[in-house]
Amino acid sequence: MEIPRHWRLKQQRYSLVGEVCPHCDYKIFPPRDVCPNCGDEAKELYTFSGKGEVYSYTTIYEAPSGYDTNAPYTVAIVKLEEGPMITAQLTDLGDRAVEIGMPVEMVTRKMRNDGDERGIIVYGYKFRPQSFVPHQ
Amino acid sequence: MTEVIIAGIGQTEVGEHWDIGLRDLAFAAIHDAVKDSGGLKPQALFVANMLAPNLSNQAHLGALIADHAGLAGIEAITIEAAGASGGAALRQGYLAVTSGMVDVALVVGVEKFTDQVGAGVEAALSTTSDSDFEAVQGMTPTAQAALLMKRYVHEHQVPKDGFAGFALTAHANGAGNPCAMFQKAIPLETYLNAEMVNEPLNMFDIAPDADGAAALMLTRRELLPSNFAHPLVRISGSASASDTLAMHDRKDMLYFDTAQLSAGKAMKQAGITLNQIDFFEYHDMFSIYAALQLEAVGFAAKGRGWKLAAEGGIDLKGKIPCATMGGLKARGFPGGATGVYQAVEAVIQLRGQAGANEIANANYGLIQSLGGPASTAVSHILQKLD
Repeated sequence: MEIPRHWRLKQQRYSLVGEVCPHCDYKIFPPRDVCPNCGDEAKELYTFSGKGEVYSYTTIYEAPSGYDTNAPYTVAIVKLEEGPMITAQLTDLGDRAVEIGMPVEMVTRKMRNDGDERGIIVYGYKFRPQSFVPHQ
Repeated sequence: MTEVIIAGIGQTEVGEHWDIGLRDLAFAAIHDAVKDSGGLKPQALFVANMLAPNLSNQAHLGALIADHAGLAGIEAITIEAAGASGGAALRQGYLAVTSGMVDVALVVGVEKFTDQVGAGVEAALSTTSDSDFEAVQGMTPTAQAALLMKRYVHEHQVPKDGFAGFALTAHANGAGNPCAMFQKAIPLETYLNAEMVNEPLNMFDIAPDADGAAALMLTRRELLPSNFAHPLVRISGSASASDTLAMHDRKDMLYFDTAQLSAGKAMKQAGITLNQIDFFEYHDMFSIYAALQLEAVGFAAKGRGWKLAAEGGIDLKGKIPCATMGGLKARGFPGGATGVYQAVEAVIQLRGQAGANEIANANYGLIQSLGGPASTAVSHILQKLD
């Protein structure tokens, strides 16, 4: 597995670091240096709050290799409160049904592993319901 | 610019060809297209393919296929744009001939999906999405379509069987196409009782992955053999557009901008308006994509694409016949070859050779090839010349 590729993205994966456009204040995730809203240069880093809501979702039963041990799992498009949309798995759902519009918040979780004991484990963002209360 | 005529067509049956490899599959289609053109000799080969490096451990298809087809020496490359590879390769062949720089271009689409099954194929298909921000999350193209369909139903209040029309029409038309993977009409009950794959997508909302190869010979009129046997079909419009790769980066996920832009440009080039289009070969990889293409191109209002299909508007006798030879749903989804199959089928229609599936007096066909959730769209207008 491509270690440098995942290492390069750790600020995005662990901290939701994107950019804010100094010209139009548009919030950008992931960073891309050119503002998709006004087209101007945008290199100022911005850390998102991690709060958002579910735009849409579905449950995957037939997973691609590397994710098959996690199946079934739910993927969603989450609208972050600052504006951008992001693709992520939902987690800590318990018995709850997912709904469009459900408020969610970012957590850091294991996303996949190599399947090989000596391979890397890729961690990154997932989203859980905002009202989640951990077991005492 | 030189007029581009489609001089020859060839296609294999779409299906699980465990006994035929990539090179032989491609050659079968090439052989038929060359023969159909009256024996023209190409100077350039454009191969459409999306996943051979991944699923067959074979890249560099241009040289391989030129070599195997007895064309070693000509220029040859592969064009890749995910599911739109076929349309994209057709466009490159078109540009080569219309520029005057190439006399005869051979476009061949080939895909082998079925040498592998299961998780490996899903992972391969996911390489067509944003690897760092979509695929890494365990997202798949099928899940993307399911997400989109769920949001569409949420916004437009579509009834439970709302999307059935797409599968019903596709299968009814597949019955008249001897190269289609599925050649049997299905009743509504089959759709209603189908297994859920990714809620709300059921098995009949998804086109089947399959193997296949299709080929086209493109040239200019004065190079056609004197005894050329077929009615002339010309590429009158050709255009392509791209959008954000990741679906979550779209301004409006439920509007396929690329479908509208590319179809609009192609129609403008051909000098026609929407109501002059006699049939539409859309990229019905998923029924929701068919609905969104109908809406973006302009055949239905936003949120009403499903209704056009439900009311029979896309049937052979409908307002805008679609998937006239089965579409991706019934003819099958042979990956990067799909866009070339669409062109072959449109030529068959325009030549008046579609048999039971014929659309009377067809002059203009719109064919549209999509990569991912319309991250790429390539549109062509094919026209019958008198």
